[in-house]
Amino acid sequence: MSKLPAADTLAASIDYTPPRKPWMEIPAEFRPGVYSYPANPKNLKILDFPNPRQWSPEDDDWKLPENWQEIIYEGFKERLHKYRSLKVFMDICVRCGAFADKCHYFIGSGDPKNMPVLRAELLRSVYRRDFTTAGKILTSLSGSRKLTEDVIKEWFMYFYQCSECRRCSLFCPYGIDTAEITMMGRELLNLLGLNINWVMEPVANCFKVGNHLGIPPHTFKDIVDFMCEDIEDITGIKIDPPMNKKGAEILFVTPSGDYFADPGTYTFMGYLMLFHELGLDYTMSTYASEGGNFGLFTSAEAMKRLNAKIYAEAKRLGVKWILGGECGHMWRVIHQYMDTMNGPADFLDVPRNPLTGTVFSNARSTKMVHITEFTSDLIKNNILNLDPSRNDHLKVTYHDSCNPSRAMGLLDEPRYVIKNVCNNFYEMPEQTIREQTFCCGSGSGLNNEEFMEMRMRGGMPRANAVKHVHEKYGVNMLSCICAIDRAALPPLMQYWVPGVDVTGVHELVANALVMRGEKERETDLRGEPLPGKEG
Amino acid sequence: MNVLYSLLLVLALVVIPLIGAGALGWHALFGVFIPLLAVAVFLAGFVYRIYDWGRSAVPFRIPTTGGQQQSMSWVKQSKLDNPSTTTGVVGRMILEVLFFRSLFRNTRTQLHDGPKLSYGSSKWLWLGALAFHYSFFIILARHMRFFTEPIPLPFVWLDTLDGILQIGAPTLYITEMIILAALTYLFLRRVVVPQLRYISLPADYFPLFLIAAIVISGILMRYFIRTDIINIKTLTMGLATLNLTVPEGIGVIFYIHLFLVSALLVYFPMSKLMHLGGVFLSPTRNLASNNRMQRHVNPWNYPVKVHTYEEWEDEYREHMKEAGLPVEKE
Repeated sequence: MSKLPAADTLAASIDYTPPRKPWMEIPAEFRPGVYSYPANPKNLKILDFPNPRQWSPEDDDWKLPENWQEIIYEGFKERLHKYRSLKVFMDICVRCGAFADKCHYFIGSGDPKNMPVLRAELLRSVYRRDFTTAGKILTSLSGSRKLTEDVIKEWFMYFYQCSECRRCSLFCPYGIDTAEITMMGRELLNLLGLNINWVMEPVANCFKVGNHLGIPPHTFKDIVDFMCEDIEDITGIKIDPPMNKKGAEILFVTPSGDYFADPGTYTFMGYLMLFHELGLDYTMSTYASEGGNFGLFTSAEAMKRLNAKIYAEAKRLGVKWILGGECGHMWRVIHQYMDTMNGPADFLDVPRNPLTGTVFSNARSTKMVHITEFTSDLIKNNILNLDPSRNDHLKVTYHDSCNPSRAMGLLDEPRYVIKNVCNNFYEMPEQTIREQTFCCGSGSGLNNEEFMEMRMRGGMPRANAVKHVHEKYGVNMLSCICAIDRAALPPLMQYWVPGVDVTGVHELVANALVMRGEKERETDLRGEPLPGKEG
Repeated sequence: MNVLYSLLLVLALVVIPLIGAGALGWHALFGVFIPLLAVAVFLAGFVYRIYDWGRSAVPFRIPTTGGQQQSMSWVKQSKLDNPSTTTGVVGRMILEVLFFRSLFRNTRTQLHDGPKLSYGSSKWLWLGALAFHYSFFIILARHMRFFTEPIPLPFVWLDTLDGILQIGAPTLYITEMIILAALTYLFLRRVVVPQLRYISLPADYFPLFLIAAIVISGILMRYFIRTDIINIKTLTMGLATLNLTVPEGIGVIFYIHLFLVSALLVYFPMSKLMHLGGVFLSPTRNLASNNRMQRHVNPWNYPVKVHTYEEWEDEYREHMKEAGLPVEKE
């Protein structure tokens, strides 16, 4: 692995001046820190994906299938027919340049191919030559080029340097969405067996075992039991979360990151405490033990294969509706794809909060509710006994995750929850939050160690906004509703803004939640003394 | 180089009618046949492109949400930036198409020492684009007086309004000045802003030069190289009614103007200018964000290989029993 340069050195290396050579003449340079390792062949075999083999982007020979050009040509043609988005986005870009400085990877690297417009031109240049009349006649004048192995290498580089955050799409006058371009680019690359392990291992695990991290059912139970012991130590309350319970009212699904590592685990404990306090009739599943879906970062088919488990399990267990935990890309899949791919969920009921009677009619077809919708409804109806002063040692800001913001619009619900469980809440500058939010720099399966330099570059705009409120208001806690964020933001903060920690929203909720029969709490969920209990 | 190519191409398009209609006197060809052909190519091309886009499926409902979703009654929804109804979508599209809503959001990112990033408001592109498109539209509408008789009142009003700054004769049109200024701005930013110069293709400069050439030839015709407007109207009315005539005494400048317009019409459907049609078909803008309320159907949805619960339980049954987890088959 490469050595990560110091923050100052890295910041000083950012230069927005484009190179002298035209971009088509600059081949992709694979150096440590800016690319992710290829998929282990065993993972591709589990999924029946093409061309499993050992290879490295730094090799000259990528061991492509013999007829790779034909595969790409046919694959492209098929997708132009299947996706109007792709076809329209290939055709209508006017290269107005509004997009250029909207991408966090461009802002943090200065590499012109990280401007959304050029990322799309990587595909467009090939499209023009093979699929348009003008491109066939005018070749280089129309900005078209021949599909060579170098072009494929460039695709691999830059479609795995895009986190599919959709920020560019917000600013584009035609709504051209680079996430869509990257998704198509990755689908095409997958046809040749060009994929990264950090995506394919979770996909294979999720398919085979049930979750990205490959935690088998009995281990899942052990982990949850262990967390319950912690909860009992802190609150004096014994919790026994139901698993695979048939006939429960609600199936709860959350990303496996939440029960795997800190600080996600505290959020998970938060869910358990909340559900226990409510006496909620719910169950978790060890089969559908993953809300996240790295299939989204692979292909529509992979996404559907993984997502299918949720409805299947809801049906098997006979629940009425589904509640989903804090996760970013998971909610893009739930909100924009699940019902279309694996629905209709006509065997479920329209979700209704059993404690408030609120009918979530905005989820009447998909039948799945976001946990911050659920909790904000509880708070609005005064169901919870909250003591926000228990979070007084925290000065909190909130990072909108890309997908809930720009593929859903879940903006005010989490804020409502946070403001009710914390007394000190400060917003980051408006160009960096809500629909304009910046990616953590590690989304879409790029939160691996070997990609650290690019992650720190891509995360710079987010970190910079945190730094602003850290210096101005003394913010020391960055909250979010995304499991990838909870894994990716801590190293980002350590790198750019030391002194700021990362938390999920339901960790804050659980800290403030006064539970019936609890002992006087001395510490928060992290085992750190509560305000006034430091002595 | 890209700039030069495009400029030369447009110059060539000026020279063709200069020789053809000027030196060789092929007035019927340049006055009637080429324009008619161009209109036919434009119409057929435009329709085909829209049809071709329409042929591709919209498998998923993928609006980019630019504001608060509709959830509970007490949460204020952003109805235009995150519409959940058809009315909302129409509103969003009107804002987008008529007022360039997304471009209005534009900001300029700057990196200062520290590092410190700042995001300044940047409305110039929005203003330039708006100025260009609206002038273009008004000029186009004004020209309808060449293709109608009697001229419908709205076109007359538009003409009067546009010429309100008239100092002497002939009428000085506001839009002519605005469109030239806008074109200059759109061109200059392409060559001055380094990133923009880096991404610009001949296909970006060419339409700018072509449209500028059309505007300039039009201005020349009005103010400097006068030509017989009555005869021109006879010709254009002939085009509009397919009652083709080629009156004598029309200056070559008119043929140049007309040929450039024909070139634009032919070029339009095969170029990025099709964003005129495409913006209406963009799935991130023209769909309601009502995903969880109403199921969207994918026409090519097909069954996929899944790892079923039964297969999965077979693999983990013993472990699950040991851990006290319920199983289907004992």
